[in-house]
Amino acid sequence: MTTLKTERLDIRSSDDVVRVRQLTRTMALAAGLGLVDQTKIITAASELARNTLDYGGGGFVLAELVEASARRGLRLTFEDKGPGIPDVEAAMKDGFTSGKGMGLGLGGAKRLSNEFSIHSQPGEGTKVVIARWK
Amino acid sequence: MDRIPILKFGNALLVTIQVDMHDRLATALEEDLTSKIVEHGAKGVLIDISALEIVDSFIGRMLDNIAAVSRILDAETVVVGMRPAVAITLVELGLSLAGVKTALNVERGMALIQARLKTSDEDDDDAED
Repeated sequence: MTTLKTERLDIRSSDDVVRVRQLTRTMALAAGLGLVDQTKIITAASELARNTLDYGGGGFVLAELVEASARRGLRLTFEDKGPGIPDVEAAMKDGFTSGKGMGLGLGGAKRLSNEFSIHSQPGEGTKVVIARWK
Repeated sequence: MDRIPILKFGNALLVTIQVDMHDRLATALEEDLTSKIVEHGAKGVLIDISALEIVDSFIGRMLDNIAAVSRILDAETVVVGMRPAVAITLVELGLSLAGVKTALNVERGMALIQARLKTSDEDDDDAED
């Protein structure tokens, strides 16, 4: 897999969540995703960016335009140095929330992506990677 | 801070969301709409989201809340103009917006609200007989 383009954006305020959506749209267009796939990955990015802000205390996203066996895609890595998630499996379930959301963030983002992985260490932070392929 | 304009249209309030909303703007709209419903004695709230490229769980929750609060204040909320890709994504996300009435466009949404007003007028007439 080759990375064609990389952009990094800090997530420090709710305005940054909007910027993450805009960056995701630009990259999704560059990857050649169709309208429904664009909408899905932008929505997933919005959920994860808000998680980074609300639960991780802020962090950043790395957006990569990637290519593998002549297919283009978009990979997003959300990283924070927040409190981490003690029970990742429970947090993935719909309805799980420790804050003001609807508890659809992580599970929803997974359903809206082709690839999803999460690594979280209590006291150290959380890293979520999603990808959507054309 | 920016605000989303709320227009009065007969007995109804009309909101057209034309910007990519950050969370504080969405929360402000919820509060503004609630006070406008009371101020104007509005019976219906029409929210046009045809310009929205995505509805995530935060905006979905805002729409649900507006519908619930306006119902308690005797006004009906109709969300109109949702893009097909947004509807597909919402369902996959796990949001069904069960408490929110929807219509394809402003015209049909307004017809829904007017139909409800007509029914409640007739009820009032019956009560007077």
